[in-house]
Amino acid sequence: MSVEEKVKGIVMDKLNVTADQITIEASFVEDLGADSLDQAELVLALEDEFNLQISDKDSENITTVGQAVNYIKANFKE
Amino acid sequence: MGIRVVITGMGVVTPLGNNLADTWKNLLAGKSGVDTISAFPTDGLSTTIAAEVKGFAPEQYIDPKTLRRMDRNEQLGLSAAQMAYDDAGLGQNNLNRDRCGVIIGSGIGGIRTFEDQHKTMLDRGAKRVSPFFIPMMIIDMCAGMTAMRFDFKGPNYATVSACASSANAIADSFRIIQRGEADIMMTGGAEAAITPLSMAGFCSARAISRRNDEPQKASRPFDRDRDGFVMGEGAGILVLESLESARARGSRIYAEIIGCGMTCDAHHITAPLPDGRGAALAMQAAINDAGIKPEDLDYVNSHGTATGLGDIAETRALKTVFGDYAYKLAINSTKSMTGHLLGAAGAVESIVTIKSIQESVLHPTINLDNPDPDCDLDYLANTTRKMKINRAISNSFGFGGHNASLVFADVNSS
Repeated sequence: MSVEEKVKGIVMDKLNVTADQITIEASFVEDLGADSLDQAELVLALEDEFNLQISDKDSENITTVGQAVNYIKANFKE
Repeated sequence: MGIRVVITGMGVVTPLGNNLADTWKNLLAGKSGVDTISAFPTDGLSTTIAAEVKGFAPEQYIDPKTLRRMDRNEQLGLSAAQMAYDDAGLGQNNLNRDRCGVIIGSGIGGIRTFEDQHKTMLDRGAKRVSPFFIPMMIIDMCAGMTAMRFDFKGPNYATVSACASSANAIADSFRIIQRGEADIMMTGGAEAAITPLSMAGFCSARAISRRNDEPQKASRPFDRDRDGFVMGEGAGILVLESLESARARGSRIYAEIIGCGMTCDAHHITAPLPDGRGAALAMQAAINDAGIKPEDLDYVNSHGTATGLGDIAETRALKTVFGDYAYKLAINSTKSMTGHLLGAAGAVESIVTIKSIQESVLHPTINLDNPDPDCDLDYLANTTRKMKINRAISNSFGFGGHNASLVFADVNSS
């Protein structure tokens, strides 16, 4: 499974949205209805899935599905 | 005459059933809800039995995303609230939701979440703690979530007085409607404290029965061979409403709440006053508040937990308040079958009291095979009774010395 597919799976699960709502441009807050607690949980789930540490500063810049995918591609080592 | 307050909706989840109809049927059948604990391995615990809610599917009331972010006590409480809401027909469009409030108590709150998240922090570090830990753990969140669900913008909080929590919630709700601050209050309690740490604590306090090899016989209020209460879990929610509002809505009225009394033993953190004076003062206050005489009551839904001291203290308190008439009262203990629902007990037992008034039948106190000589009243030992009940009192007493008594009446008798 690609990074993109994994990220989409986590977003679907945590935000209770359907696959067709998750575009690469989709904003967690504006398009997918996330609140601040949802976003915090999403970051925890991404850290778990990809065995990463995402700093608070970095997580503030992850506001769309595409940003999450790009961040992980840049920082995740198989 | 001031504002009269009636009950127009009820919902429960208990160890005897996942709704009121099943719970009531099993109470009348004298069934025990106690069994060996299934939720977790009980190695090392001196007590391995409890009255768990069985096979409950909260998904029928709550969406999956919300459900994951709720402690079990909140899941049980919100489910019972939905049942009570539907039962009272509150879904109607013209309800003034600014005049509707929620008070839901719990003795312990989100202890399962607390244990899980504490383990996460120790094992994996502070950064791994869920952002939902705090809202899942705090006791007031069940009231908050209930208000969110129904858009109830009136008074909203939790009551915390251990095993009297939900009786205090009902008492406060009664007063709020009497004072004209709200027309409708959803109120009661929710508890889900059958967890490893919680059970370990109750075991260490030597408060709970160790009759592990006979779970169904472990909860034996007023019996000579009782050895402590049995932990239970569940929720009970009532819709309290001004009589005027209920009539305007054309709502079915189950019963009227006519009095409450609240006191404290001011004596010991866990043990009751041996002479039951604090409990007697609460019952007397409730009777005075109702404007009736002790002899006007027909039935007592006792606190009756099956602790050595508690059952005797309650019996003495009944004799103090009722004198010789105490021997003519019909008394039972719901906990003989449900176990002790702690902060949900007062609400579930209030609902049982109201059902008894409505159906003119009383459930038995099971496992009362050899009455304690110091407990010599009519506790309906292993027997149901059909009788007209005009007025009844429900008692709840908690660690900390909290006492709360509630008086309910047939709406045609009050």
